[in-house]
Amino acid sequence: MTPVIDPFTLLVASIFTSNILLANFLGMCSFIAISKDFKSSNGLGIAVTAVLVITVAASWAALKYLLIPAGIEYLSYIVFIIVIAAVVQMLEMIIERVSPALYMTLGIFLPLITVNCAIMGAVLFMQIRNYDFIQSVSFALGSGLGWWMAIMALSAMRAKYDKAPVPAGLKGPGITFVTIGFMAMAFIGFSGMVRVQ
Amino acid sequence: MSQGPYVKVFKENLISNNPILVQVLGICSTLAVTNMLSNTLVMTVGVALVTAFSSWALSLLNKWIPRKVRMIVQVLVISFWTIIVDIILRAYAPEISKSLGPYVGLIITNCIIMGRAEAFAQANKPLISWWDGLTSGLGYMVVLLALAIFRELLGFGTLLGIPIFPIDFAGRGNNWTIMVMAPSAFFLVAITLWIFTTVKLNKAAGGKK
Repeated sequence: MTPVIDPFTLLVASIFTSNILLANFLGMCSFIAISKDFKSSNGLGIAVTAVLVITVAASWAALKYLLIPAGIEYLSYIVFIIVIAAVVQMLEMIIERVSPALYMTLGIFLPLITVNCAIMGAVLFMQIRNYDFIQSVSFALGSGLGWWMAIMALSAMRAKYDKAPVPAGLKGPGITFVTIGFMAMAFIGFSGMVRVQ
Repeated sequence: MSQGPYVKVFKENLISNNPILVQVLGICSTLAVTNMLSNTLVMTVGVALVTAFSSWALSLLNKWIPRKVRMIVQVLVISFWTIIVDIILRAYAPEISKSLGPYVGLIITNCIIMGRAEAFAQANKPLISWWDGLTSGLGYMVVLLALAIFRELLGFGTLLGIPIFPIDFAGRGNNWTIMVMAPSAFFLVAITLWIFTTVKLNKAAGGKK
């Protein structure tokens, strides 16, 4: 069994050493599509972080108080995806009501988040690693911040190399993968800092 | 030259519209599972089956799904098939199921499945939708297996766990640990894309002459 990890270590670890994007490859699809634009990247980063924290907390509660007592853990995927869809939908409605300005910037990204693997992945990691509530929330927060940081870094770099003379065959997604690879290598440098698993 | 629709779909999904190389979809699992060949094999078969049966079911249900709740119905159908794959894996290959970890569940959010359901199954008959899903899965499988062969061979010196190279073929008792770690996946995908796109561009240039 994994030893009990204190929430702060978990937070730092999930931002740097086991970054959800660069070490676990989650949330790649929207990462590559959106990182073209710096402003949208920022918006999506905020949205992913918010949705991650809320859904992981909600799924934790669903797992603990609904699925395990009822003995229907095999239905967990369906329940999790419903929780994610419901949270995203509610968040969308709340933001639209409370702050139309924020809705204009974030609104278009919210539906995309339902199928963002980072969210589902974090929820499944939470289930597999048996995190308690505080651990789950700090893990979710760290993963969100890590994802946000990674997409900001990539989109900043992308603005530069989009103008660079790249070989024709490597244009577009190809060069983006090379860049992400270097980012992942840089992040491996953090791995001496804290260790989770 | 006349081709049956099945042959056409097969060719499209495998080469000219390959889900990974052309559409750049389903990248998450591409990168995560390819460091061991056996994991990759199981995962890709799972994805191909889920894609095939989800496309089939959604094409069958298409008439009765109101447009407003289409997305959520699609997700539910996909999770249903994923759960079946997950249960089968846990029963017959518990080791692999464990090492794949959350990535089996992540089949649900694999963009390829959603993409095929939206792009093809909506407008086509159940049987050919099934075929379309299956061949998309095959296109995904071919690329992943190629990546996995490279990564396992260079990273561990083995294939399917059978040693191919002597233990320290890279010298000083080290294998290319980088090949098993995250960055190599990104680089290998980039190289594959590069080769594929270059061949395609050359062909297009040759065709024009």
